[in-house]
Amino acid sequence: MISRRYFVYVAFLALLAFFAITLHDDGFLSQTNLLNIVRQTTPVTVMAVAVVFVLSAGEIDLSLGAVVALSALVTADVMQDHGAVLGVAAGLGVGMGVGAVNGGLVAVLRLPSFLVTLASMGVVAGLARTITDLRSVAVEDRGFIDIFGSGDVGPVPGLAFWALGAVALGQFGFRHRRFGAHVLAVGDNRAAARATGIRVDRVKFAVLVISGTAAALAGILYTGRVQGASYTLGEQDLLTVIAAVVIGGTRLFGGQGSVIGALVGSLIMGMLTNGLILSGLSSSEQLVAQGLLLLLAITLTARPEGDPI
Amino acid sequence: MVALQGITLDVGAGEIVALVGDNGAGKSTVVNCVAGVHPPTSGQILVEDEPVRFTGPLDARRLGIDVVFQDLALASAQPVYMNMFLGRELVTGPLRRLDRGAMVVQTQTLLEELDVRIDDPRQAVRELSGGQRQGVAIARAAHWAQRVVVMDEPTAAMGVAETERVEELIRRMRDRGRAILLVSHSLDQVFRLADRVCVLRRGTQVGIRRTRETTGDEVVAMITGLRK
Repeated sequence: MISRRYFVYVAFLALLAFFAITLHDDGFLSQTNLLNIVRQTTPVTVMAVAVVFVLSAGEIDLSLGAVVALSALVTADVMQDHGAVLGVAAGLGVGMGVGAVNGGLVAVLRLPSFLVTLASMGVVAGLARTITDLRSVAVEDRGFIDIFGSGDVGPVPGLAFWALGAVALGQFGFRHRRFGAHVLAVGDNRAAARATGIRVDRVKFAVLVISGTAAALAGILYTGRVQGASYTLGEQDLLTVIAAVVIGGTRLFGGQGSVIGALVGSLIMGMLTNGLILSGLSSSEQLVAQGLLLLLAITLTARPEGDPI
Repeated sequence: MVALQGITLDVGAGEIVALVGDNGAGKSTVVNCVAGVHPPTSGQILVEDEPVRFTGPLDARRLGIDVVFQDLALASAQPVYMNMFLGRELVTGPLRRLDRGAMVVQTQTLLEELDVRIDDPRQAVRELSGGQRQGVAIARAAHWAQRVVVMDEPTAAMGVAETERVEELIRRMRDRGRAILLVSHSLDQVFRLADRVCVLRRGTQVGIRRTRETTGDEVVAMITGLRK
């Protein structure tokens, strides 16, 4: 019997071992393939770190994928005329802005985040399609591409540093700062948090701003990696990110979360996608596999902590 | 229509005053006013003879008033030591990191002082028994409330043994010089613990009696309106 806390690590090792054996001849364990997994996983990891805060606070952000696309397009578009710095600032600004609107509606008007972000997902996805008339926007700025996507530092992809940076920052904020403790308290027992003087509305607002900003950064990283932006970027990411976070031990209903678990969870999702591609499964079949994994994770997270699996 | 009127109540340091009344009598409203949850629309709250005005629970806490709510206001998935410091976590260093070590040690010391038996302050609250949870909530109030502890039905739905332990905790807090306002449905408990009892009925104060100078029958008569 294993505690739920360690499930993600056992699952990671089991999946790694499974693909290492079954896909040995397809080069699953080759350095190129493993680094590819890291590259593909980074935007998901960045968002997963933020979603740990959101879910731990008992909220949800369904607008993530749409924000990825809009911020990517805004970044690429602004960059064409005004350079990379303004492009990145505009892209991040979009994410922060959407997060602030979501957060404001949830915190001030006390609307449920599920409905608010469901609505904003539609608005933002529509805007992403509208601003470029469904066209993709190419990016040619070499400096931007090196920093945000395709660059390497020695043998290590530059994207890995973004992932590690996001995890380090997230872990510090979540585990070592008052803010993280307040996020958990709000998600665990909102009335208790309020009664002990924690500013519940500020916490709710903050987690949704963090989430929007992280989604924007993920969009920028996608833009750097694929050297362009399109409204389809991030389309499938909501499912992947939530699966990664929940598999990583964060409770879907708040009060419990793990940033390190989310990192391992996103690596599991990356490995799964990669392994399924190498196995010759279509993208539709990969979706089914991801959905089933999320279902398994939710089944486990719904159980009380301390129950052995 | 007002929830409360004509209430004049004082609680001294080292004293337990019980607040009793039927459902809807206004007990919870008094608790919420004193705790800063619902600021009163008129009237005054005095702390050490100084008038104060609360805009929220934080104002009350700053003046040394803490509440043990009926639902305990504990975050059940969080460890005992984090609950003890909820909203007032200790931090250390230039980066203001949470000082978990210090919080664990202080919690352990406080629980031992109050004889609340919990194996490890790092345990999650949901792993504790009802009595232990109550002990944590009371210890938290005892730790932070420098002046007044308000307790709303502290032993509701508890067994005999656990009730005895909680009552002992309440006496210890009184002995430490805290003023205690105790809301209880149990008249036996009121007579075991309180120095005075204030009776409310339909939002008004029926009377205050010293528990040594009254009887259960008289208090019941005041609660039901048979005697004014």
